[in-house]
Amino acid sequence: MSRGNTILYLDGVSVSFDGFRAINDLSLVLDRGEMRAIIGPNGAGKTTMMDIVTGKTRPDSGEVFFDGDIDLTRHDEAEIAMMGIGRKFQKPTVFESHSVEDNLLLSLKGPRSIFPALFHRRSAEENCRIDDILGITRLGDRRGDLAANLSHGQKQWLEIGMLLAQDPKLLLVDEPVAGMTDAETEETARLLKDIAREHSVIVVEHDMHFVRELGVKVTCLHEGSVLSEGTLDFVSADERVVEVYLGR
Amino acid sequence: MITGRFFAAGADRRILIAILLLLAAAVIVPILNLAVPPTSGLHLPSYIVALTGKYLCYALLALALDLVWGYCGILSLGHGAFFALGGYAMGMYLMRQIGDRGVYGNPLLPDFMVFLNWKELPWFWYGFDQFWFAALMVMLVPGLLAFVFGWFAFRSRVTGVYLSIITQAMTYALLLAFFRNDMGFGGNNGLTDFKDILGFNVQASSTRSALFAATALALALAVFVTWRIVGSKYGKLLMAVRDAESRTRFLGWRAENVKLFAFTVSAVMAGIAGALYVPQVGIINPGEFDPANSIEVVIWTAIGGRGTIVGPIIGAILVNTGKSWFTGALPELWLFALGGLFVAVTLFLPKGIVGMWDQWRSYTKVRHAASAEASPPPAEPPAIVRVSSDKVSGWKDEPGLPEPQPAE
Repeated sequence: MSRGNTILYLDGVSVSFDGFRAINDLSLVLDRGEMRAIIGPNGAGKTTMMDIVTGKTRPDSGEVFFDGDIDLTRHDEAEIAMMGIGRKFQKPTVFESHSVEDNLLLSLKGPRSIFPALFHRRSAEENCRIDDILGITRLGDRRGDLAANLSHGQKQWLEIGMLLAQDPKLLLVDEPVAGMTDAETEETARLLKDIAREHSVIVVEHDMHFVRELGVKVTCLHEGSVLSEGTLDFVSADERVVEVYLGR
Repeated sequence: MITGRFFAAGADRRILIAILLLLAAAVIVPILNLAVPPTSGLHLPSYIVALTGKYLCYALLALALDLVWGYCGILSLGHGAFFALGGYAMGMYLMRQIGDRGVYGNPLLPDFMVFLNWKELPWFWYGFDQFWFAALMVMLVPGLLAFVFGWFAFRSRVTGVYLSIITQAMTYALLLAFFRNDMGFGGNNGLTDFKDILGFNVQASSTRSALFAATALALALAVFVTWRIVGSKYGKLLMAVRDAESRTRFLGWRAENVKLFAFTVSAVMAGIAGALYVPQVGIINPGEFDPANSIEVVIWTAIGGRGTIVGPIIGAILVNTGKSWFTGALPELWLFALGGLFVAVTLFLPKGIVGMWDQWRSYTKVRHAASAEASPPPAEPPAIVRVSSDKVSGWKDEPGLPEPQPAE
């Protein structure tokens, strides 16, 4: 398989923790500009896969390539983030003692060393970009509020906004609608579909309504490898998928 | 009242006032000591000048700790080591200034080396006869130690209580090393019997006043620098690393470098504090490396209010004033008082004196607003649904920051 036109290419990846195989010969390919939903029961290896892609965990074996030819196993978290992979955690993680605006300011694409940050002056361009993102994530009226005072759903959006500020090529979004109301879930689906127009996105999610709303190709993981792949209807009709979800 | 206005202002105004007070003290205290005749009621005796100068050195040390602990969440239990190293660098300069006026009259070797039968000056004492060299070492030695220590610790992602323990181990190791006579730093007696600094007698009241003024100026400068650092984008990043380190990494920041810079700057500040401390108290010995000293600094900072810049200064001055009084009046009880104070502050004033003041201010403000206007307080904007309600309450205007969450 050619990996020239892929944004993410995992081939035969395995990793184990203390003898437990969290990821077992996993192969997954994401085309440029594609949005993919990943489902799977607890312990299927979804978060571990994200850890591998973002450099938090090193695979024991297998190939992980980003943007065709960048070997991700040779880089650490900060380098991978700078190359253009943004990651949203399962639990919304924002800088609670900073305002919404400052959260975005710290995320904006730009130099990432100490001295430029020490003598940083905010430019009109940066303000413009922050305004844009506040608009996209519908947080315009919370601009000056502390992130700690946002609702759970708004924190999720702020974190997605922080990813956008990084201007990544690929977004990894871990359970974006956990703990959201139906209205917020719908809103989030719209937000992600907006984002997917210009970025490649991987969404890990348990909520099947949400996955259906996204209307994209679905990969079901089980015990660290791909169990089934295709449209949601195809995957949910798969005998084996039903089996792992409902138990034997 | 000054204190009322001092606390009432917002954080920035409060810091500005602190700087102005320090600058004023740098001018007024020497005048009250030197120009006002001793018979006058306004005269400040020299021992008070030296004592307050000492407190300001402690305040500078507490401020240095606050930069890493309050703003970056690095609880260093070894900041006394940087303070002592700065002190030793200054002490070595002062020893070399004694020249042939020592007990043994050796023009080159300090007394303790003659006593130990050393024939020549060890290489690491070279250059300390020059003030500029000593001043450089005051900053370079603690800064370099912090840089090397931090480089390994932060790169290996040692955090939390483990980091605190190794900082403690660091200062303890230095304590043991400096106690050894053959280390060449005067062993357990340390360095003392100083005569001159820059050609002026260290005992003279004019020199003491000048040292006080230098300390007040250094502290004012440190407050300004810390304020600028904390207010910059880097400062925001520092707090971001404190609250959610992994988030900063996945945004592309190198959290270890962020911490390393603050840790090194903080160590340099602590070294300067030590260097100003030594000529004012007239001695530096390995006891300054005692881990208990470093823990005391943490207590001052906690009592004053960490993460507030002004808090640690207030804490250091208050606790040390209390210590001076207590060790005079009830010496056996001091350690119990200190321990009790720390427990009380941790339980009842988690944000220290300054934090409590801020909370009380916002509380009375809300009550005033509620009683002045008959209308009910403004309702929360209709938010969609608040799943986590613990931090989202009606107290939106509360200036107190949320508690940092431990990084993943």
